[in-house]
Amino acid sequence: MRASRNSPRNSRSASRKASHRSWRRTQRLTAVIVLLGCLGVGAMFVLTALRENIVFFLVPSDIVERLAEGRMEDAPIRLGGLVLEGSVVRDKNSGVVRFVVTDGSEHVAVRYRGIVPDLFREGQGVVASGTLAARVAVALGGKPPELLPLLEAEQILAKHDEYYMPRGLEKALKKRDLWREQP
Amino acid sequence: MNLLLRWANPFVAGKVAARLRAVSLPAAVLFGATGMVWGLFFAPADYLQGESVRIIYLHVPSATLSTLLFGAMAVASLGFLVLRLPSLALVCRAIAPSGLLMTALCLITGSLWGKLSWGTWWVWDARLTSLLVLFFIYIGYFALESLFADTDAARARIVTSVFVLVGAVDLPIVKFSVDWWYSLHQPASLLRKGGSSIHPDLLQPLLLCLASATLFAAWASFTAFENISMRTRLRRF
Repeated sequence: MRASRNSPRNSRSASRKASHRSWRRTQRLTAVIVLLGCLGVGAMFVLTALRENIVFFLVPSDIVERLAEGRMEDAPIRLGGLVLEGSVVRDKNSGVVRFVVTDGSEHVAVRYRGIVPDLFREGQGVVASGTLAARVAVALGGKPPELLPLLEAEQILAKHDEYYMPRGLEKALKKRDLWREQP
Repeated sequence: MNLLLRWANPFVAGKVAARLRAVSLPAAVLFGATGMVWGLFFAPADYLQGESVRIIYLHVPSATLSTLLFGAMAVASLGFLVLRLPSLALVCRAIAPSGLLMTALCLITGSLWGKLSWGTWWVWDARLTSLLVLFFIYIGYFALESLFADTDAARARIVTSVFVLVGAVDLPIVKFSVDWWYSLHQPASLLRKGGSSIHPDLLQPLLLCLASATLFAAWASFTAFENISMRTRLRRF
């Protein structure tokens, strides 16, 4: 048994077997990589095509653009952005909260009746879902009133960013002008 | 390569796993206890979210590991499909339970945190949905494996490995969902460009908890691997 394994003929066939095995491995590796590549590209196409359905909310610019193009339907929408500083008005009697959502370039007014999340604050992120009503005139920061689209919200969600820090630190950062402004 | 093949033998790999297993559990307990006590009692509250930020010490480790462990399963599956070493399929099967556990933990803690900070238990945004899909992929893996693992183990290994590789397409979607689409979930705060956006006072206990969860998952995987390789040995005799 041992002698026959060491004979030249058998060792040649063994090395041929080994090279065949490594060739099979390369072949399988190629097949798996091609499979993964195809899957990845396919997934990319699907996700790109479904972009409008995957985004969780529209920013004010999207809404203004769609209204201008007449593409805005009556269906419920979600609006996301930052609560404009100084825009929150609460009516204690009726429990109605009014505020303006901004993305830096466009603004949309929101009216909501109910309790807002704890994290709902001026300058913080917010996602409001509801339907668009008629436009309302809102005076932004002492400027003459401007006609803004109005969202009658049924739900208000607070959105926060990826920064976490101890209490009090943000005041120190703001004082030293190191506070980053959100886009 | 010889070393690799020696380890690929379930007999040898089982012994190595046993040794690693003995170390990883006490380390996980030590790190976890330190990280949790530090995070829950000594770390400062968040400037915006207050005390509820402390869920981060469970949520971020479980979320990180839910994807990382599936990534490890995908690597093992790729290795199995190319090299056809049965041990690699066993490795994949051994990691799966901890992956499923971490994914479930991530969904539960995330839901609690969402209620506290966003004001909702659940929304269908890209990050939450893609992680729920990952949860179902784990379930699907177990279902597929149990379907014919006992009757045709060789085929089960191939089919589940292909399934895991296909499922791995969800991993980049989970990771980058918050960058590709507007979502309610905030962007990454740990693995991101320009370093972590978590203040060191909160980050240090978090890293301990992350290490603990990783070691715990390693311990669970080694234990499962030992069991599976023992079963394989028993079947052989």
